[in-house]
Amino acid sequence: MNIVFYVSAVVAVIATALAITRLRPVHALLNLIVSLMAVALIFFVLGAPFVAALEVIVYAGAIVILFVYVVMMLNLGESVVAMERRWLPARAWIAPSIMALVLLGEVGYVIMRSGGNSTKGVGIAPEEVGAALFGPYIIGVELSSMLLLAGIVGAFHLARRDHLEPEITEER
Amino acid sequence: MATVPMWHALLLAGILFALGLTGVLVRRNVVFILLSIEVMFNSAGLAFVVAAARWAQPDGQVMFIFILTMAAAEVAVGLALILYMHHRFHTLDADAISIMRG
Repeated sequence: MNIVFYVSAVVAVIATALAITRLRPVHALLNLIVSLMAVALIFFVLGAPFVAALEVIVYAGAIVILFVYVVMMLNLGESVVAMERRWLPARAWIAPSIMALVLLGEVGYVIMRSGGNSTKGVGIAPEEVGAALFGPYIIGVELSSMLLLAGIVGAFHLARRDHLEPEITEER
Repeated sequence: MATVPMWHALLLAGILFALGLTGVLVRRNVVFILLSIEVMFNSAGLAFVVAAARWAQPDGQVMFIFILTMAAAEVAVGLALILYMHHRFHTLDADAISIMRG
């Protein structure tokens, strides 16, 4: 099973690197789906089948599809590629990449010094996760429900058209 | 089930987080910035699940579910803001909305 982990890890890194470098939003989103699927496979081999299912259903199935709908609604067309090309000269990548690499090097140094522990290789069944979620972590579930409600209200308010249209005509 | 060294898995989470961070820093299109933030959330969740697998406890997976909930709420509001920005300013350039006024 270890080989599945390493192959999925390589796929996840390559797909994520492609996702953040693509010029067209839809290509980036498709690469992100591949990356999320690879991470879901990693979750599965690490013994977290419930989380692997959630990764596919919620991340790849709901969040990325939300992105796809928004890209569709924005109706960007061919102009976005030229725009991205103008915004992203090769030199724009140098400084952020170096900074991220330095931080990654530091994190890697700390992780490698932390000793040779291995993952246990035992699966954690969904009922154990559910028992923990609705036992000691019940307050987190309540807070999540409030967060989701705030998200719904906020998204509804921001996306409303009736208060949007007069402002646009006012601005011009 | 895989018994990989913990630092391999944590390093993968670190690499994914660094990639997301690079995306946030480099891109100017707000759609890509939001997408990179999702990558960073996902890598943080991966670190939690790796810790859950290391100690064979469900707590890490519970934290992943909370991260998932937060990412869903965040992306809903973020995408609504992107739609608003596109309608009002006719651009997706993050630099175009650098001035905040009521």
